Amino acid sequence: MLRIPCPHCGVRDETEFRYRGDATLTRPAADAGDTAFTRYVYERNNPKGWHAEWWLHVAGCRAVLRVVRHTVTHGIHSVTLPHEPADIPVELR
Amino acid sequence: MTGPTRIGTGFFDQSATPVHFRFDGQTYLGRDGDTLASALLANGVQVVGRSFKFHRRRGIYTAGPEEPSALVTVIGPYGREPNRPATTLVLYDGLVAESQNRWPSLRVDLLAVFGRLSRFLPAGFYYKTFMWPAAAWERVYEPLIRRAAGLGRHQAATNAHKIPAATAQVHTDVLVIGAGPAGLSAALSLSAAGLRVILADQDEHLGGGTTLDPDWHPWRAAMLERLSADPLVRLWPRTTVIGAYGHGVFGALQTTRRRAGPAGDIVPETLQIIRAASTVLATGCVERLIALPGNDLPGVMLAGAALRYLVGHGVAPGHRTVIFTNNDDAYATAVESRRRGSAIEAIVDVREYSPAADRARGAGLTVYAGAKIEAILGERAVRAVRVRDREGQRFTLPVDCVLLSGGQTPATALATQLSADLRWNSAIAAFTPDLSPMIGQVAGAAHGVCGLSAAVEDGQSAAQQIAQTLGLRPIVISDFPTAPADAPRADLEPCWEIAGPGKAFVDLQHDVTTADIRLARREGYEHVEHMKRYTTHGMATDQGRIGGLVGHAVLATARGIDIAAVGQPRARPFLESVPLAALAGGETGEHFKPKRRLPLHDWHTAHGASFVNAGLWLRPLVYSHDTGWDAVMDEARHVRREAGITDVSSLGKIEVAGSDAAAFLDFVYANRLSTLAMGRCRYGLMLREDGIVFDDGTVARLGKDHFLLTTTTANAAAVLEHLEFHRQTIYPHWDVTLTDVGDHWAQFAVAGPLSRTVLTEVIEGVDLANDAFPFMAAAGARIAGVPGRLFRISFSGELAYEVAVPARYAREVWSRILETGAPLGLKPYGLDALNTLRIEKGHITSAELNGQTSARDLGLERLGKTDGDHIGATLARRPALQGAGRLELVGVRPVDSEQRLRNGTHLIDPDAPTTSLGYVTSCTPATEQVGWVGLALLNDGRIRIGQRLLAVSPLHHESHAVEIVSPHHLDPENRRVRA
Repeated sequence: MLRIPCPHCGVRDETEFRYRGDATLTRPAADAGDTAFTRYVYERNNPKGWHAEWWLHVAGCRAVLRVVRHTVTHGIHSVTLPHEPADIPVELR
Repeated sequence: MTGPTRIGTGFFDQSATPVHFRFDGQTYLGRDGDTLASALLANGVQVVGRSFKFHRRRGIYTAGPEEPSALVTVIGPYGREPNRPATTLVLYDGLVAESQNRWPSLRVDLLAVFGRLSRFLPAGFYYKTFMWPAAAWERVYEPLIRRAAGLGRHQAATNAHKIPAATAQVHTDVLVIGAGPAGLSAALSLSAAGLRVILADQDEHLGGGTTLDPDWHPWRAAMLERLSADPLVRLWPRTTVIGAYGHGVFGALQTTRRRAGPAGDIVPETLQIIRAASTVLATGCVERLIALPGNDLPGVMLAGAALRYLVGHGVAPGHRTVIFTNNDDAYATAVESRRRGSAIEAIVDVREYSPAADRARGAGLTVYAGAKIEAILGERAVRAVRVRDREGQRFTLPVDCVLLSGGQTPATALATQLSADLRWNSAIAAFTPDLSPMIGQVAGAAHGVCGLSAAVEDGQSAAQQIAQTLGLRPIVISDFPTAPADAPRADLEPCWEIAGPGKAFVDLQHDVTTADIRLARREGYEHVEHMKRYTTHGMATDQGRIGGLVGHAVLATARGIDIAAVGQPRARPFLESVPLAALAGGETGEHFKPKRRLPLHDWHTAHGASFVNAGLWLRPLVYSHDTGWDAVMDEARHVRREAGITDVSSLGKIEVAGSDAAAFLDFVYANRLSTLAMGRCRYGLMLREDGIVFDDGTVARLGKDHFLLTTTTANAAAVLEHLEFHRQTIYPHWDVTLTDVGDHWAQFAVAGPLSRTVLTEVIEGVDLANDAFPFMAAAGARIAGVPGRLFRISFSGELAYEVAVPARYAREVWSRILETGAPLGLKPYGLDALNTLRIEKGHITSAELNGQTSARDLGLERLGKTDGDHIGATLARRPALQGAGRLELVGVRPVDSEQRLRNGTHLIDPDAPTTSLGYVTSCTPATEQVGWVGLALLNDGRIRIGQRLLAVSPLHHESHAVEIVSPHHLDPENRRVRA
């Protein structure tokens, strides 16, 4: 079970959060068209290694957190708020 | 005289208090401190079960949870609990247990014929054989196989929810798993560093290997005395860590000592969910068997298990015993056995030399070095062994007990769950784990360390490493109890298999032999994970702990590669069988699925409501205990003719405020809300980004930058989450605040032609005249003297209002409205009547908002904005959601008004009766006409309006003609709502 360090609430169990998916995607502009939106809605990478994901603290402060998690070890590199710059491990920059 | 017997007093049953128990209908006498296994052995019971596939007689093989054979069914106050290892079942007065997988009895098992047929029952037999005819599977093969195979019988758990069990959440600095020498020393060292420690061990008696060596008893006692008095340390015996879940989270099953009769207020099992900053895996090791012909006969046991029965329980596993070993550890059993006066015929050691052999010879024992046992002989039990000595001479040794020791395998399951790498350690011929220091340390035998004293040092060293990782000063303990020194040791010599004619088992519980492993390899199942699944090697309840590695070594030899290259299958949680009741813990009934009660729940109950579950909510369905249609239709017709009031408090309610609130609502709704005037409401339709309808509700503008939106009851939480997600990730800099006020406001719909007349009597501050407060108006108002909100919205299709007051005034306001309104004709109505009213009006709910319908499918496309951006805007316009063949919302009505409709009924064209064109989503008897009306999702439905189709429900043997009509069965011109 993940223990996610929420910047507002401290370290909390994963069961308090709702997974909201890939945090590396950017919503296309309104006029970007079908293809761009199809990619945004349906296409996902399945990385082995570090991955940025949205976790919504539904049973806590209700903040959306950008959690950089290792998909193999489950190690958490960083937890940032959406308006903050993403903190990505060096090897991915 | 042959067989096992009690020869003295053991360390675990020193009080020798007699305990009565029953096994297979016979009463026996054991001692307090016995396990069922030790008590059976003490009573000379050698055969305790039949094997899974061949129904071979099996005895007690081990003395712990790794037991493959001695599984019993315990019959207690909660029914039959199958597959309990007799080796871990602590005896109590009145225990009743039964052997398993035998019919009609353990002694005479008619299905033992499978053993005779075994050459026709190789691995993969079932996959290959019972293939044809397919129909025979269900009626012949499967019942036959189920009867013949399997272990204990499961009892339908009608009372399962009554088995008391608890879940506990606990935090600590370090979880030390295993209370052997390494665990004990690690725990004491960590506490000296000021760390809080939980020391968990599966055994009743803490100490691991130190309990079995009398020289170590003083050290063990001193350590336990120190640790018990230590406020930083919690000692948890009878606690098995069943899984490691990462991030310092562990699950552990903690049991109390059983007793006969109902548990009363004792909770037999607690699931401990432990969160720790670090961990010490001092999980020890498990002795492994040697694969040789006859190695499953009753009378064969592991040498370490025998030591435990001797020292712990004063029980000798046989009268004439031979030991077959490839390592030094088995010599302890020989020496201890001889010291207690139980004969050891010989020690057969595959190695040429070891100091332990010298010491044994010095003590008068016979050791055949460089020798092996080629076969264990016997039909019903061990009778003799055939030995081949160093010179190649063969001779037969008559014995009644064979003790095997193929070496020690570190218990690595938890480490691998924590992503540890496994490294081959040739000194012990087994894998040892490399665990990241950020997660914790492995110590003692689990770490590949041999010898108790070495394990003590390894435990201390693990504690030092943890202190360092956590940034603490080095640990100094001046008065650490002095441990005895380890005797000089020689390494083992790997010995996996003695090949020869006859069955040599690697997995006793699943009857997997060395021949099965080789067969799997020949048939292409070469990878260790494939071999495991093909043969089921290691897939039984004991997870192949005593023979797993042996099977992998046999596979390695067959493949001609090194065992290190074969690897290990991944061990997943749980480490041992866990009762479902323990996993459920206290989370049963309302603790599992809580009930949400409306603010008016007690009023509804007092007024005879029948309730319905709507999600977690309990909503009044109808104010009658008769839930037939009559009472519902009375309520619905009353609303159409006069006026009704209903509780809609379970709707989600979210306040949206801030200078960007209007822009935000334009983004999250498909229709425009920024143009909404203050004091007005508007229907709002939310899409998902894929263009499918997500939810609907009303939006009221309470101020320039202040909106109140409602959601469906079912989606209240999901909508809030959806809004928060988009607010924070798409427009984090916008000035928008979302406040969930769902529980703060009670809300009632007052509907019907007389609703204005009724409300005029209780509303202050708002002129209800039609032009002053028209359809879709919103305002603050005093309702029955309470400050609240008033909306002129209608779900029923009648002139209607919704009033909202703070939830704590719900009962007061509701009662006042009813008292005032009753003389004017106001009556309460429930959810069923509400549903009748909305179906007639063609309003949609979750039956139509089913996650597959687009705005166009529901006839709502004209609401959508054609400019600007909103969630779902682009993909709602994609061709797949526009083209022909979509299921569209229509109304449906039986041609013969005597016929009823049913939800889920399929609509078909009588000329093409095998194709479903759609289905009825909601239906009801009509209030103002004869017969039923319904809503349906129908293929190209709008162009079918006016057609006749068949409504078919094969489940009810029904098929009758229906007419496709507009979904607006009632008042399509909206005259009533605007009245």
